Amino acid sequence: MSSLFDALLQYGFLQHALIGGLLASVGCGIMGSYVVVKRIGFLAGGISHTVLGGMGVAFFYGLSPLGGALVAALVAALLIGWVKLRWREQEDTLIGAVWAVGMAIGILFISRTPGYNVDLMSYLFGNILMVAGQDLWLMAGLDLLVLMAVLLFYWPFLAVSFDEEFARLRGVPVTFFYLLLLCLVAVTVVLLIQVVGLILVIALLTLPAAIAAQYVHTLGKMMLLATLLGMVFTLVGLGTAYQSDLPAGATIILVAGMNYLLSTLIGTALKRRYGLSFSRETSP
Amino acid sequence: MNDLPAVKLVDVSFAYDGPAVLEGVNLELGEGEFLGVVGPNAGGKSTLLKLVLGLLEPQAGQVQVLGRPPREGRKQIGYVSQYPTFRRDFPISVAHAVLMGRLRHGWLPGRFRNRDREIARQAMEETEVVDLAGRQLYTLSGGQLQRVLLARALACEPRILILDEPTANIDMRIETDIFDLLEQLNRRMTIIVVSHDIGFISRYVNRVACLNRSLMCHHTADIDGKVISELYGSEVRMVEHVHG
Repeated sequence: MSSLFDALLQYGFLQHALIGGLLASVGCGIMGSYVVVKRIGFLAGGISHTVLGGMGVAFFYGLSPLGGALVAALVAALLIGWVKLRWREQEDTLIGAVWAVGMAIGILFISRTPGYNVDLMSYLFGNILMVAGQDLWLMAGLDLLVLMAVLLFYWPFLAVSFDEEFARLRGVPVTFFYLLLLCLVAVTVVLLIQVVGLILVIALLTLPAAIAAQYVHTLGKMMLLATLLGMVFTLVGLGTAYQSDLPAGATIILVAGMNYLLSTLIGTALKRRYGLSFSRETSP
Repeated sequence: MNDLPAVKLVDVSFAYDGPAVLEGVNLELGEGEFLGVVGPNAGGKSTLLKLVLGLLEPQAGQVQVLGRPPREGRKQIGYVSQYPTFRRDFPISVAHAVLMGRLRHGWLPGRFRNRDREIARQAMEETEVVDLAGRQLYTLSGGQLQRVLLARALACEPRILILDEPTANIDMRIETDIFDLLEQLNRRMTIIVVSHDIGFISRYVNRVACLNRSLMCHHTADIDGKVISELYGSEVRMVEHVHG
């Protein structure tokens, strides 16, 4: 690890990668917790893949791909949220369609953009080593946005995630808060695209929060632990990738995936051995 | 109080996508009544409640809650659904789940004041779940969960309490406890309870609505084997009992 430390001091792009990874972990810890407790992993997957459409269009017209990604993610979040609320019966078919059509649009536009086809891979699988200084500011801004929104709307978000029907009966504007929640997920997806790419986003959004859910039992603690876990996974993944010359995004995801598997196996073994989960004995 | 009925349904019909679930239903429930709704499965019991709560709109007829459309009147309703409409493993404590009953209308529904926490605590005291306040929802037994959901409904400070099969998955002793509690609550609020167990609830309620697409009301004392077999379409054994 010491050679990584030396390299960190030496190379600006590694510092950027490191800071980018830490910033992304904040968003994914907070919004990932909602994705896990509300079980909207499929929706989040749909949003992240649709983003390719926006990036492709932005690319074609010479605009900022990250800006295009942000717009596309928000549009996708509203579209998918609307589908979910209005056509509950055909939800999975429709979200699958939005997902695929978004990607197809992106690929068409990228194929018509001369000379840039190489970059397709970095959108799909991320390229944390290419994070620029101004991207970091954008990421920090998006983190701040997510953090403020969750602080301000902690209770309505909790109410809508916990029991939609009851919240609606109490007069909470459920549709508004549901769509707002999905928009914040969309913002987080854009944060994470730089780090792991839009295909792998869903893993970094759900795995740290899913591990956290095995150990802590309030939403706030889950967010905190998921953020810390996300930071550890990106750091370890980045270090491993640097030393073994592997793609960073994929390595980070594998680190997260292995930890999730390990945590689940240990948890199951403990449960079987002691009859009950150790976390069951939460005192008042 | 005013003379407006707590709940009023006039010629209400409803169908999901197929045949009618409810047809020409009329019901007028005065404030302070304790109504039991019974009927076979798929007889429209839960649908009736959802119409009263404004979660569904009738295709024909009119529903009023305290003289207003359900979407406005439901602010005065405390509701306990048949199946929890949330996931049992959701990371939330009993205290916070009950506090959800204090959510208010508008854009900042969670600005809880001390008064809200006090009302939530009183509701928990009434249903005897104060000791569970710090526990996580998923650690509760079926009976405990039902009491917590009842506390959440009471935290709304409702004028009408609506319960859909509140005792479907819990044992007989707790069922009696919960209905004893409802009997007390009935002194200060109107109660509608859906049940499959007509024999049991007729000890508590003062009117029974038999629902099988259409609705027929009986005062509790008039219910006999004939009524039940008409409703369910088969012979039902029932112990004759007299109300004191």
